[in-house]
Amino acid sequence: MSEKELGKKWDRCLADTAIKLGAGLGLGVVFSVLFFKRHTWPIAFSSGAGLGMAYANCQNDLRSHYVLHRSQKDQ
Amino acid sequence: FLKICYVSARIYFFPNFPNENFAHLHHCRHYTAGEPSGAVKVLATSLLAVSGGVGGTVLYAKWDPKFRATVEKNVPYSDQLFSLALGPAAKDANLPIRKQVSALHCDLDYGITFIQLRKICFHTVSHSEASAEATHIISAIGEVPSIPATCDTEATAVSGELTDPNTDIEPLRERPVEEVTARLAQQDQEELDTLASLSTSLDDSLANSAKATLQAIGAQEAALQAIAQHTLRLREAMEAEVSSQEKSAQWKELEEALTHRLSAVDDAGSALQKANESLDSLKAIIERSKGLKVPAARPLILAAEENLHNMAVDLDKAVTQVQTAESEAKIVSQYSELVNEAKQQFQREVTSLTPDIQANWKGLTGKLSADDLNALIAHAHRRIDQLNRELAEQRVREQIHIDAALDQQKLEDQRALEKAVNTSLQHVREEARLEQERKLAELREVMEAEMRTQLRRQAAAHTDHVQDVLKVQEQELKAEAEQVLSSKMLEQETRYRQLGQEQVDNFTLDMNAAYARLKGMEEAIDSHVVAEEEARRAHQLWLSVEALTYSLKSADVDTPTVPLESSAKAVRENCHDDFAVALMSALPEESLQRGVYSEAALRARFNSLRSLARRVALVDESHNSLYQYFLSYVQAALLFERKQEVPPTQLSSDDLDPFKLLSYASYCLEHGDLELAAKLVNQLRGEARRVVEDWLTEARLTLETRQVVGLLSAYANAVGLGTTQAP
Repeated sequence: MSEKELGKKWDRCLADTAIKLGAGLGLGVVFSVLFFKRHTWPIAFSSGAGLGMAYANCQNDLRSHYVLHRSQKDQ
Repeated sequence: FLKICYVSARIYFFPNFPNENFAHLHHCRHYTAGEPSGAVKVLATSLLAVSGGVGGTVLYAKWDPKFRATVEKNVPYSDQLFSLALGPAAKDANLPIRKQVSALHCDLDYGITFIQLRKICFHTVSHSEASAEATHIISAIGEVPSIPATCDTEATAVSGELTDPNTDIEPLRERPVEEVTARLAQQDQEELDTLASLSTSLDDSLANSAKATLQAIGAQEAALQAIAQHTLRLREAMEAEVSSQEKSAQWKELEEALTHRLSAVDDAGSALQKANESLDSLKAIIERSKGLKVPAARPLILAAEENLHNMAVDLDKAVTQVQTAESEAKIVSQYSELVNEAKQQFQREVTSLTPDIQANWKGLTGKLSADDLNALIAHAHRRIDQLNRELAEQRVREQIHIDAALDQQKLEDQRALEKAVNTSLQHVREEARLEQERKLAELREVMEAEMRTQLRRQAAAHTDHVQDVLKVQEQELKAEAEQVLSSKMLEQETRYRQLGQEQVDNFTLDMNAAYARLKGMEEAIDSHVVAEEEARRAHQLWLSVEALTYSLKSADVDTPTVPLESSAKAVRENCHDDFAVALMSALPEESLQRGVYSEAALRARFNSLRSLARRVALVDESHNSLYQYFLSYVQAALLFERKQEVPPTQLSSDDLDPFKLLSYASYCLEHGDLELAAKLVNQLRGEARRVVEDWLTEARLTLETRQVVGLLSAYANAVGLGTTQAP
């Protein structure tokens, strides 16, 4: 069912975002505590990075039908 | 934290915009930073170059017409430009020249053919008048400027041109052969007549002059003889010492001879005159005949002239002889006169001395006295002295006399020489002229012969040509006749065959009719049987199709129908022609294996799809970032459209908006028009299209299957109707 595809994509997207954000947050906390003397900027940085990565992944996933992959191009 | 997110997102979303802005500013700055008149300069230079190019082309085209022609051929509207600038191109210089040349050629051909035709007419004329006919031909050609066409090829096209310049002279019609020969004969007769008359006159005058000349010559000779005789007699008389009777007889003879001579000389003179007269008349006749210009008479004239010349020469010779004789005679007569004079003087002296003594003193020796004798001797001595003195004087004067005589003789000789030279010169001139005339005559004859051979050759060529033409004509006529014969034969044959065929056709028609009726009856019986069979089969088919239709209705709301395979198989067994077989093969595989959805299921599905499609309306190949998704979500939330809208009969570009399309499709579906709904949904593009792809495929399947089944049932109904027979 093609109408279900989009829903699936969004699900993946959200899951991915959550994971990445959480992971970024966690890592940020860890790094901030361990290496950066409890500054807030590593947390923000890594969570932002995580969010950014999630965003990029989400966009690529949603775009994947329209982008021509290298293997297809060779064919 | 949020600020950072926002900033990063912002940076990510607007990667392109700053560059574009900068590039735009840069370009503007570039434009404003450069010279203000750069564009104007460029424009001006380009305009100048273009106008220079066009002007140069026009000028060169004016100078070189070939270049002009190539440009006109290659560049579409340049011919208009050129005609505007330079005037139309000159093209028509060749045609009149070619026409003139062809006209000349045809004229020559015509002349030659006319000559050949004339030669055929003249073929019967004898050769002796060849020269006459040649002149006649040439004169005839000279008077004919244009001839009615006897050539074969380009007569009609060019004869118009030929006759145009010569319309004032009427074309000479072809003289018939008889008229020509009659005319020729007449001309020949005339010529013969003149020739005969001329020859007779010439002969007469020749004869006359010959006679007269001979007479003159004879007379001259006689005169010569007489003169010689006379001279001889005179000499004799002077020198002879004879008796007085003999002397008187001698003197008488001398006188006779003198008279004879005089008469002879007179006769000779008169005869000479007559001869001269006749020669003059002959000359006049010759001149007249020369004036007539009859060429055949030329040899006659030439002979006459020669005769004339000879006669004149002879006459002159005789005359000169006579003259020399006469001069001699004069001398002798002078001598005789002198002698006579001396004698008479002596006689006188003697008589003066002795008056009584007779003249004949020889017989007087006894009668004279001594005194008389002495006186006589003294006189004789005196006389002797005188004579001696005279002799001495004479001897002295001899030389002078001789010189004077020599001079005189020289003068006379000169005169005689001149006269002789003149006469001989005249003779030589005359002879040269005669020679020339003879040579001319010979040359003319040679030319005549050559001309005759050429004319003969032309005649031969003409006969050959005529033979060829006749052969060709014969063949053509033969072909024509054969063609006509064959066509007539063909006609007859076809008519005969037609009649025969008609009969056969009629017979076969009757036979066929009887046979056909028999066959018809048999067929009617067979067809009844066949028809019943057909009806049964149709019934079967209809039943199976009904079963198929019923199985289509077995769909639930969410599940597809049963697989149509079994019903389709039954139908396949029952269909017996290609149309039905093709229709059966057109059933999609999915419907056979899996079944199709009902319309209600599709409708329900569509309703759920609609909201999704609305939500991704803005997303397509080029706009498919997350932001775009967000925007399209916002749009779907904010935009309100009618749930169902009547679709127009023709879609315009506004109607291709996805929201509108969806409302149209919804309307169609509510009213049961799945087909139109599918068409409308098919107009969606981009992500919305991807989302409804499956629904579209399902709808297609359903539609196909329904169509095929509908066709089949219609077909079955038709077949069934077809097989039922009206009561």
